[in-house]
Amino acid sequence: MSDYKGVMIYGEVTEGKLSSIAKELLGCGRKIASDLGQQLSAVLVGSGVGGLAQETIASGADKVYIVDNPLLKDYQTETYVPVMEKVVKQVMPQVVLLGQTTIGRDLAPRLSFRLGTAATMDCVALAIDPASKRLLQTKPVFGGNAQAIFTYDSDPQIATVRAKVMSPMEPDASRKGEVITIDASLDPSTIKTKVLQQVKEEVTGIKLEDAAVIVSGGRGIGGAEGFKQLAELAEVLKGAVGASRPACDSGWMPETAQVGLTGKIVTPNFYLAVGISGSSQHLAGCSNAKTIVAINKDPEANIFKAARYGIVGDWKQVLPAFTKKVKELLAK
Amino acid sequence: MNMIVCCKQVIDPEAPPASFKVDSSTNKVVPPPGVPPVISPFDEQAIEAALRIKDAKGGKVTALSLGTKLLRDVVKKPLSMGADELVLLEDDAFADGDSWSTAYALAMAIKKIGDYDIIFCGRQAADWDTGQVGSGIAEILGIPSLTLAKKIEVGDGKARVERLTADGYEVVEVNLPALITVTNELGEARYPTIKGIMAAKRKEPVVWKPADIGADTAKIGTAGRRTKVIKLFQPVIESKCEIIGGDNPEDVAAKLVLKLREAKII
Ligand SMILES: Cc1cc2nc3c(=O)[nH]c(=O)nc-3n(C[C@H](O)[C@H](O)[C@H](O)COP(=O)(O)OP(=O)(O)OC[C@H]3O[C@@H](n4cnc5c(N)ncnc54)[C@H](O)[C@@H]3O)c2cc1C
Ligand SMILES: Nc1ncnc2c1ncn2[C@@H]1O[C@H](COP(=O)(O)O)[C@@H](O)[C@H]1O
Repeated sequence: MSDYKGVMIYGEVTEGKLSSIAKELLGCGRKIASDLGQQLSAVLVGSGVGGLAQETIASGADKVYIVDNPLLKDYQTETYVPVMEKVVKQVMPQVVLLGQTTIGRDLAPRLSFRLGTAATMDCVALAIDPASKRLLQTKPVFGGNAQAIFTYDSDPQIATVRAKVMSPMEPDASRKGEVITIDASLDPSTIKTKVLQQVKEEVTGIKLEDAAVIVSGGRGIGGAEGFKQLAELAEVLKGAVGASRPACDSGWMPETAQVGLTGKIVTPNFYLAVGISGSSQHLAGCSNAKTIVAINKDPEANIFKAARYGIVGDWKQVLPAFTKKVKELLAK
Repeated sequence: MNMIVCCKQVIDPEAPPASFKVDSSTNKVVPPPGVPPVISPFDEQAIEAALRIKDAKGGKVTALSLGTKLLRDVVKKPLSMGADELVLLEDDAFADGDSWSTAYALAMAIKKIGDYDIIFCGRQAADWDTGQVGSGIAEILGIPSLTLAKKIEVGDGKARVERLTADGYEVVEVNLPALITVTNELGEARYPTIKGIMAAKRKEPVVWKPADIGADTAKIGTAGRRTKVIKLFQPVIESKCEIIGGDNPEDVAAKLVLKLREAKII
C-alpha cells in the first residue's frame, strides 16, 4: 500500500478543451496533494490532447501524463479502461480523482474493479484524515436525503467528484511542470465496441451549466406549451430553461435540460423553480444556486425548504404577472 | 436472446423527504414506516428494456435480486411485467454488502444461470446512488459494458445502444454478450397486466444460498466489503423561506420583483 504516492486527476477533454471539471479536480487535487505532502499529476487521454499540457500545469498539475492515440478519439470503456489501468500501474498514485460525468461514471467503477481497489462516486467533499492519512470521501446518498463518509484501505483510492463543488485554482501561466508521454499500447482487434455516431442535442442560447439565471419547470407546468412561458422569462433575464425529470420524461423539454442528481448540476445566482415539488433528487442539482425562488400551489411543497423566497399560488397566474413586472423593471 | 436483469429492492426513493431518517448509532437508514419498498426505478426500466427486446425478437428474461427480507410482492414485479424467471439470492450472509461484494455475488449467480446474451442493470440503485455494480459484474465476467443506455436494438450477435453523453447521446455497437445499464431516458416501464399479476402469483422464485452459487463467503455481504461507511448523516437545511403574499398575482409579482432587485438578484 505504501508504494503508492501522489494524487492524480483524470483531465477530461471536451471538444478539444480542458473541461471545467478537470480544472475543479486540479484545484481540489492540489489541496489533497499538499495535505499529503505529495505531488499532483494529471492524465490527459484522447486524440490530439498534447497541446493542453501547459494549461493543465498552469491550472495546478506538477506532472502531466499524455496518452495520445487516434483510437482514443471517442471515449470508450473498452479502450480507456486499459489505458488508465496502464497509467495507474506505471505511476502508482495513491489517490485518483475523476469527474462525475458520463465518462467518469463509466470509467471509475470499471477501472477500480480492474485494479482490485474501490471507488466512491459523486463526492462533494474530500479530505485527508490527519491520523490515518487516508482519503475521507463524502457522498450524497439516498437521492440527497443523507450523506455518507466513506473510506477504504486499498490503493489507489479512486473517487469521482461532483461538478461545481470544488473551486479551480487561479491559472498561473508561469507554473512549471513536467510532461510525460505514455504509449496507449492498444490492440484494435480486442476492442468489442464501436462508436457509430455522436449526436448533440444542444439547446440554443445559454448553456444550463453556465447560466447565471435559470427558470426551471416541473410536472406542475403540465405541458410543452407552458414551457414557452418559462422560456420567455428566461430570455428576458438572459438565462436558460431547466426542468425536473418528469418534465423531460414527458417530452416537454429535451433530456439535456434535466436538473438533478441524474441530470445537470447547476449553480446559477438565481434559480426560479416553477411547479417543482423539490424532491431530494432534484435539489441535488440546484441546491447550490445562490438564491432559489419557488412558485408552487402547495404551501407544504418541499421546495420551500430550499427556497429563499416563495409564492404560494398557481403559476399560470403568478408567472405572467412576474414576467410583466420584470420586463417593466428591466426596461427602465 | 437470453437476458438477465439485476433488480434491487430499495426503500421507496420517492417517499416524502420528511419521512427519511437515519440511525446515526448504526450508520443505517430507518425504513419509513408504512412505506413499502420498491424495485429501484432504473431497474424497472432495465426490465422494460429487456421486455422490449423480447417483444421484438423473442427470448427469455430472468430477473435476479440479491438481498434480505425480500418482499415477494415487490421482487415479483418483474414477473408480473412479463419476465419469465425470478432468481433470488436471499441469505443473511449477503446482507450489508457494498458494490464489490454485491457485484461478486451477482456475477457468481449469473455464471450459474449460464446462458446469457445481455445482462441488464439499472444505471444506479436509488438508495446509495453509486452506479458501480453493473460495471463490476461485467469486469468479473470479462465482457464489455455499456452504461447509461436509453435505447437498445439487437441483431447479428450485436447490440446497437444509444448511450447518454453530456450534451446528447452516442450510438455504440457492441458484440454480445455484453452488460448494459439503463437510464430513465429509455422511457417509462410498462404496468403489470392482470394476467401478468396472476401468473406472477403462481410462479415461485428460485432461491439460492451462497453455497448454491459457489460463492466464497469471505467475498460476500459484510465480509466482502472493501469500503467502510464511517458516518451517515442528514445535512441540515436551514429553512428561511420568506413567503410573499398579496392581494392578487400582480401585487405578489411586484413585491417579489422588488425583493429581488433589493437583493441585487435581478
Ligand atoms: C434515483 C433517482 C434519480 C432521480 N433523479 C432526478 C433528477 O436528476 N432530477 C429530477 O428532477 N428528478 C429526479 N428524480 C425524480 C424525483 O424523485 C421526483 O420524482 C421529481 O423530481 C419530481 O418532479 P416534479 O417536482 O416536477 O414533480 P412533482 O413532484 O409531481 O411536483 C409537481 C409540483 O408542481 C406543483 N404544481 C402543480 N400544479 C401547479 C400549478 N398550477 N401552479 C403551481 N404549482 C403547481 C405541485 O404542487 C407539485 O409540488 C429521480 C428519482 C430517482 C429515484
Ligand atoms: N442487491 C442487488 N440485487 C440485484 N441487483 C442489484 C443489487 N445491487 C445492485 N444491483 C444492480 O446494479 C445496479 C447498480 O447498482 P449500484 O452500483 O449499487 O448503484 C442496480 O441498478 C441493479 O441493476
